[in-house]
Amino acid sequence: MPKKHGVNWANRRKFQTKNLWAGILFGLGFVAFMDETVFHQLLHWHKFYDKSTVAMGLVSDGLFHAFSWFATVGGLYLVADLRRQDALWHKMFWGGKLVGGGAFQLYDGTIQHKVLRIHQIRYDVDIVPYDVVWNGSAIIMIAAGFLLIRSAKQDSRGAGQVKPHAV
Amino acid sequence: MLYDSFFAVTDWLFGVSALLAIGLYLVGVYLSDRQERLRKWPRLRIVSWVSGAVLSASALVGPLAVLSHGNFIWHMAGHLLVGMLGPLLLALGAPMTLLLRTLPVRQARRVSRLLRSRLAGFYIHPVTAAVLNIGGLWLLYTTGLFAAMHHHLWLHILVHVHVFAAGYLFTVSMLYIDPVSRRFSYGYRTVVFILALAGHGILSKFLYAYSPHGVPVEEARAGAMLMYYGGDAVDLVIIVLLFRSWYLSSGSRRSAISPGVPVREMT
Repeated sequence: MPKKHGVNWANRRKFQTKNLWAGILFGLGFVAFMDETVFHQLLHWHKFYDKSTVAMGLVSDGLFHAFSWFATVGGLYLVADLRRQDALWHKMFWGGKLVGGGAFQLYDGTIQHKVLRIHQIRYDVDIVPYDVVWNGSAIIMIAAGFLLIRSAKQDSRGAGQVKPHAV
Repeated sequence: MLYDSFFAVTDWLFGVSALLAIGLYLVGVYLSDRQERLRKWPRLRIVSWVSGAVLSASALVGPLAVLSHGNFIWHMAGHLLVGMLGPLLLALGAPMTLLLRTLPVRQARRVSRLLRSRLAGFYIHPVTAAVLNIGGLWLLYTTGLFAAMHHHLWLHILVHVHVFAAGYLFTVSMLYIDPVSRRFSYGYRTVVFILALAGHGILSKFLYAYSPHGVPVEEARAGAMLMYYGGDAVDLVIIVLLFRSWYLSSGSRRSAISPGVPVREMT
């Protein structure tokens, strides 16, 4: 049963890695889902398949797409599991989410778009600004994620010091 | 005229099979519900089984069967029904559990022995089921099999029976709704499932790029996209069900270890 008052730091610390992974998986899945919804379906910028794709690109795209589906659902079940154990740590989870989402976007923007040439962000335009914004925002997300994780760890240490020692 | 006799055969074959499946299941439910010591058979399972049988058959009988013969988009819609959605709904009907409940003890033992046999174990293995399911599709669409299927009745029947059986096998190798002889861990099933879904997605994009023999490019592309997104949608349901049972089983395991004792803060 989740406690009504106070924060269960012991449980948070015990499940720190699980909080982080729940975030990474959900972030990755969420960004992949947004990519599919916004850029493929709504804007129609991305192409389903682009003739310059190399064979490895199809494999990489297929694996990542499948993995992201599992990551979204799995990440959410991990959140449910953490909640049920009174161990959900929002700051750590958000840190993981930003790192996971940013990492996927960076991989998508560099390896998948450029090296494997699955598709470009948009067609019949000067692609450079699009690539800069895409990968730049990915790097910002990753950096913000790491800052959040660091801050969460500091909170945890601080909480340990404040608590009076009952010896 | 040749076509008429072609469809007459498949209509009869698949239509009667589906009706038989529904009829036998309902008889089973009736017999099971008559036994006082057993709890009533869940309504949802009946709904699931009947709709699974109807949807599977609807792709092979009547208008959709005729449409899918000449059009790749309809063919793909049919494929999603026969190979994915239909089998999933049928599996959720837990037919094997119903059978074991309904049969007299001696026969039920024989069936459960059969389920525990090495051959059944081979087919229900997640890797075998995934290879039969996804491998079969690669074979169908990247070789001359797809074109040949439209000219030979026996091949047409064989391919559709395979697609259905492999789809069902794959579903029950991922979700253990009915009893199985060997349970693979959730992690193991997840890894195999990711690879299988990737194989399905890659094949869809491959078909988008290289249309099967005799299929017009535009039709192949629309069909391939339907395969890709439709496959995602049905598999999402299986993923949610798989992870749900993982979540529930880890919860009950934990409470079995320390019933009702909350994790205390260390001092």
